[in-house]
Amino acid sequence: MRRDIFQAIADPTRRAILVLIAVQAMTPNAIAEHFDITRQSISKHLRILSECDLLAQKHEGREIFYELKIDKMEEIDIWLAQFRKIMEERFQQLDQVLYTLKNKKK
Amino acid sequence: MNLLFDFTVDKAAKTVFITREFDADLSLVWDAFTKQEILDQWWAPKPWASKTKVMNFKVGDRRFYAMVSPEGQERWSIQKYTSISPKTNFKFLNAFADKDENPELPGSEWDLSFSEENGKTKVSVSIYNESLERMEKMIEMGFKEGFMMTLKSLEDLLATLSGK
Repeated sequence: MRRDIFQAIADPTRRAILVLIAVQAMTPNAIAEHFDITRQSISKHLRILSECDLLAQKHEGREIFYELKIDKMEEIDIWLAQFRKIMEERFQQLDQVLYTLKNKKK
Repeated sequence: MNLLFDFTVDKAAKTVFITREFDADLSLVWDAFTKQEILDQWWAPKPWASKTKVMNFKVGDRRFYAMVSPEGQERWSIQKYTSISPKTNFKFLNAFADKDENPELPGSEWDLSFSEENGKTKVSVSIYNESLERMEKMIEMGFKEGFMMTLKSLEDLLATLSGK
């Protein structure tokens, strides 16, 4: 199943996983150590990221390492997803500003 | 309140389309987009701050501003106004710049339309990137900035998790 990139970054844990593996390839256990959630939910997040085609797997001995897979189009998607997030946050801040200004006028 | 937010991308046309509704009348929303003192209150996504150095909202003139990181790092941009129809539409050319206002061309073209219905104001934005290099440049910069922002949210997340 091919998922939308927005699903990948919609979740804060998945965003954090992406940051971790962008720096270095990691095993699922090493990733799980960074979070206070079950190994099963880490596996679920890794599966979703795989379905978004963001993970590359490397086998070393018996261990599987995950790393961030980015080709040109995916970079564009990641950038667009981040840009979308920036615009969303920006407009939420504007909601607050408008709310304050409206109350001042009254 | 449920306010419309729509974000679509036409990669072939190198254009991003964003539509957002605001719970305020048109003149207030127009002011929020076109007055320096209001713009600086919301333009930068936290933890960044928006600092406008010069702003003359007139065709041919510009807004010269910086996004300032919590560490005080400044990223300058110029928005040059190319068209203004009061309370209806305005367009600007956005370009990254250095602190001395030298633009890094090419830039992106922003087109913003405003309309009011039942006390709510709808803003439709289209952003066109004229070249693939520019898109790549934005990705590079956006990726870096986004990456820093993500690192910040990771810090927050880890702080929340370890606080449990």
